[in-house]
Amino acid sequence: MTILFAVFLLSLLVIIAVAIIRAENLFVALMLTTIFSLLMATNFFILDAADVALTEAAIGAGITTVIFLGALALTSEHEKPFVAVPWLALPVVAVTAALLIFASFDNPRLGDPEAPIHQHVVPWYLEQTPKLVDIPNVVTAILGSFRAFDTLGEVFVIFAACIGVLFLLSARKPSETRCTAPASVGLSQHLIPKVAGRFILPFIILFGFYVQFHGDFGPGGGFQAGAIVATGLILFALLEGEERALRAFPRWIMMAMAAGGALLYALVGVAGIAMGGKFLDYSVLSSDPIAGQHLGILLIEAGVGITVCGSLLLIFHAFAARESF
Amino acid sequence: MNQVLDVLSWVLLSCGGFFILVGGIGALRMPSFYTRMHAASVTDTMASFLVIGGLILQAGWSLATVKLVAIILFLMLTSPTSSYAVANAALLSGMKPDTKFKANKGGRES
Repeated sequence: MTILFAVFLLSLLVIIAVAIIRAENLFVALMLTTIFSLLMATNFFILDAADVALTEAAIGAGITTVIFLGALALTSEHEKPFVAVPWLALPVVAVTAALLIFASFDNPRLGDPEAPIHQHVVPWYLEQTPKLVDIPNVVTAILGSFRAFDTLGEVFVIFAACIGVLFLLSARKPSETRCTAPASVGLSQHLIPKVAGRFILPFIILFGFYVQFHGDFGPGGGFQAGAIVATGLILFALLEGEERALRAFPRWIMMAMAAGGALLYALVGVAGIAMGGKFLDYSVLSSDPIAGQHLGILLIEAGVGITVCGSLLLIFHAFAARESF
Repeated sequence: MNQVLDVLSWVLLSCGGFFILVGGIGALRMPSFYTRMHAASVTDTMASFLVIGGLILQAGWSLATVKLVAIILFLMLTSPTSSYAVANAALLSGMKPDTKFKANKGGRES
């Protein structure tokens, strides 16, 4: 039954991918991309990857759509007509696809216990997580503690991407004379979205914090929580307008968040060295190694969440502050 | 008792499926934007409430029921709001509701 459902979803994914390529209206293509992400999240969930599903739904379907909409507001709605036929692309794509399909024959069967992934380091993680870290969600234990260095890299990638977007978008200073632009008023003229949005907003933020602090026990963690909280704050900006949102939550706080979260993560690692362990070894942070692990994971997840939230908000406001061409 | 609940939940689930089907057909076959949206919004509200109601009866008194009720409350707020926002955006961007049918009828009567 699950296999049937998965095959159905995968064929829908192929159909939507073709539709995205064929769509000439960029708005339609964007909506199809969102549907693609949601289907992908469902697919991940069927494969029991709840953490990845939550990330895909929050970031792929949620916040990416909003940022793309912001970008679309700056450009035109229609694709540029494409005149030159890319002859080189056809053989490249064909050869790559043939290679990938050929490689897929070597894939182990879905859920095969003899598959290499279940033989390599995963048994060790599953066995050692209750002893060394003692949290129910092994994914969080792996990402936050065993492979904390990788996650540190990811956080710095997000931070660097945010800086890159800011550099690209604020090359020109926004002119001072656009206070009456429709974007700065938001939806304050529309009663129904405003009332409903105001009602939902606290629950979105609350759910974000739940995902943040429940990441040790269930699916969730800093990445998803940061995206959810950022979505809530972007909703506020859409409802009340750019100006009020920036007054309530100024830009320097966002910048401090984007930089401070990554800094917090790195400082937890340095604190490990200072207290006699290795970089990002949380066991030494407290007299009890397991309590130290819990403290370390709590702190670095907070760092991840703060950086993700700040970066996404900065990117959104960078798009929103830009005049259309 | 269990049998009754089971039958009731399946009735709700089937009705939900029926409304999703109707909404889908309507979204494809209706003549203008606003009528299509009207059909699609049936799927958002009626059908999803029926399906989730059926699932609640299946779940019984458990944590899943609380989560499903939370989902219903969320959908109750967001689905009509998003339908309103889409229709409103269409109206603001200059898409006039198609009043041809009504006008024709009025013309014949007068």
